[in-house]
Amino acid sequence: VSVRVAFASRSSQIGMGLCAAALVALAVAPLWGGRDDPQLLSEVYTYVALASLWNLLAGYAGLVSVGQQAYVGLGAYILFAFAILAGLSPLWAIPLAGIIAAIVAMPVAGLVLRLRGHYFAIGTWIIAEVFRLLASQVSVLGGGSGISLPASLVIAIASSRQWRDFIEYWIALALVVAVLALIVLLLRSRYGLALKAIRDSELAAACNGIDVLRTRVLVYIITAAATAMVGAFIFLQRLRISPDAAFSVNDWTAFVIFITVIGGIGRIEGPIVGTIVFFALRQTLADLGTIYLLTLGAVAILVMLTAPKGIWGLIVESFGWQVFPLERSVILRDRRGVSEQRSGG
Amino acid sequence: LERDREAPMIDWINVILQGVLVGGLYAMFAAGLSLIFGVMRLVNIAHGDLIVLAAYVALVTTETLGVGPLTSLALVVPLMAVIGYALQRLVLNRTLGEDLLPPLLVTFGLSVIIQNGLLAVFTADSRKLQAGDIEVATIRVFEGVYVGLLPLLQFAIAVAVIAALQFVFYRTALGRAFRATADSQSVAQLMGLDNRHVFALAMALSLAVVAIAGVFLAVRANFDPAIGPARLIFGFEAVIIGGLGSLWGTLAGGVVLGVAQAIGAHINPGWQLLAGHMAFLVILAVRPEGLFPRART
Repeated sequence: VSVRVAFASRSSQIGMGLCAAALVALAVAPLWGGRDDPQLLSEVYTYVALASLWNLLAGYAGLVSVGQQAYVGLGAYILFAFAILAGLSPLWAIPLAGIIAAIVAMPVAGLVLRLRGHYFAIGTWIIAEVFRLLASQVSVLGGGSGISLPASLVIAIASSRQWRDFIEYWIALALVVAVLALIVLLLRSRYGLALKAIRDSELAAACNGIDVLRTRVLVYIITAAATAMVGAFIFLQRLRISPDAAFSVNDWTAFVIFITVIGGIGRIEGPIVGTIVFFALRQTLADLGTIYLLTLGAVAILVMLTAPKGIWGLIVESFGWQVFPLERSVILRDRRGVSEQRSGG
Repeated sequence: LERDREAPMIDWINVILQGVLVGGLYAMFAAGLSLIFGVMRLVNIAHGDLIVLAAYVALVTTETLGVGPLTSLALVVPLMAVIGYALQRLVLNRTLGEDLLPPLLVTFGLSVIIQNGLLAVFTADSRKLQAGDIEVATIRVFEGVYVGLLPLLQFAIAVAVIAALQFVFYRTALGRAFRATADSQSVAQLMGLDNRHVFALAMALSLAVVAIAGVFLAVRANFDPAIGPARLIFGFEAVIIGGLGSLWGTLAGGVVLGVAQAIGAHINPGWQLLAGHMAFLVILAVRPEGLFPRART
């Protein structure tokens, strides 16, 4: 009898096919879309990326952070610092932001991971506040009131406004694809198994030889680096930075949490579904301002109380679909070639 | 000449004294947070926004009834307690369980709802409660060192609140119920306690403390709908600095935080909050169990 572990299922094969088709269609979106579409789609991609990263942290590693704005802002400030102080092209500054954020995240992880459960959440928030207050002390980067990206550096990306939009659009698409690929690969690796084991029972995981703290630190640092790269991109597109905008808890954490909860936490498809719902709501309710945030908060609470697995969780329960090949199933095959499948987690 | 040398010294005494007295307010932020964490392992992310909500309730009360802020407590405290009971019974009890995520996300959603609800009703303008002559009254400690009557009263009430909570927690039947459910929910239930009711009472008590804190916050300085999260953070820092699970620890934590902020602000106005956060991070790094952790029995 041979034993094999398979990831792909029929629905994930169809799902990946659809993803590939969608990716090709989206890659050439500047050709078929309207003038403003690239910018809107870029924003959608950045939210998918941020929500997917938060989902990795909260939904898979059990680390519920309400302070990921620390890394969005850090990445953004690194981009502006290199651009303004060293004249470095913003495009090069994006990967640099990821590297520096990973280095910064190491000692931070050592501190905040001392706090458990709920206290970890507020600890991460304090770190974000410290970053915001420090940023407002840096007067060469505009202090508390903020600063704009020098026009010469912006023009250096591409001379026409339209081409700049296109290039930024492709960067956003590349970022979100890279983030999703990173998460899929991570979850398929042994670290992914370790993460799920820790989330389900920390004690049992530790008893099976998993270094719980080390696994968490690793995921925290990876998430921080990727979040910083997305943050750097967001503010490259905005062209202006200020501490309050870069470290906004509403924009980079509240929205991201609501997106993930509504879409389905702990599933990779959840943040994608959630972002679509989020933008659909925003396009219809945006004029209402505070009412919009209020509604979003209420919907998220309702989802958490009545359908804690979110929209995608309901779909999985009803149809058993999975878009990304993540579920492990054990396939037993005896000598006569008759196979039997057993589903796993 | 001698006077010049003494002046900075007096300055520092004043700064530290101010910090200590503000620490009383932070201890009140922290005590409510610590209480419900102790009873039901719930960290209420909306805690700071509930403090601000209490401040607005006091504002409406003083404006419609024409009473002073301290008198308004007679109405604000029971009202917030009722809100706390209902909130726990109707919403938060459903989120409690093994999974940490639901209570965290629901209280986070609640925080956003309260903030934006207040913003919709009261706008973003900052408001303040007027307490009259007591606001400017000062007491001379010795030459050059003065304390305000109001901060002193605030500190005394903070001490009284914590003493009262300590009494309730360790000397009354209600406190016994709190401690029993905290130790083991299932055993407490077997002994005839209704956990849903006990949790709701804990939240009611927590919001009663929140109400007192909210009124003093509103008298002390300007407030607007957006300042809640910072109050949550101050309360949380005081809890961790003082030591998890210790009520008197929250007072010590509040004082340490208040003094750190006062010293930071005295050196450079931009460093007030930063100095407080730094004090918290240093404690977390060198003494993660806090200054006065509850003795394990």
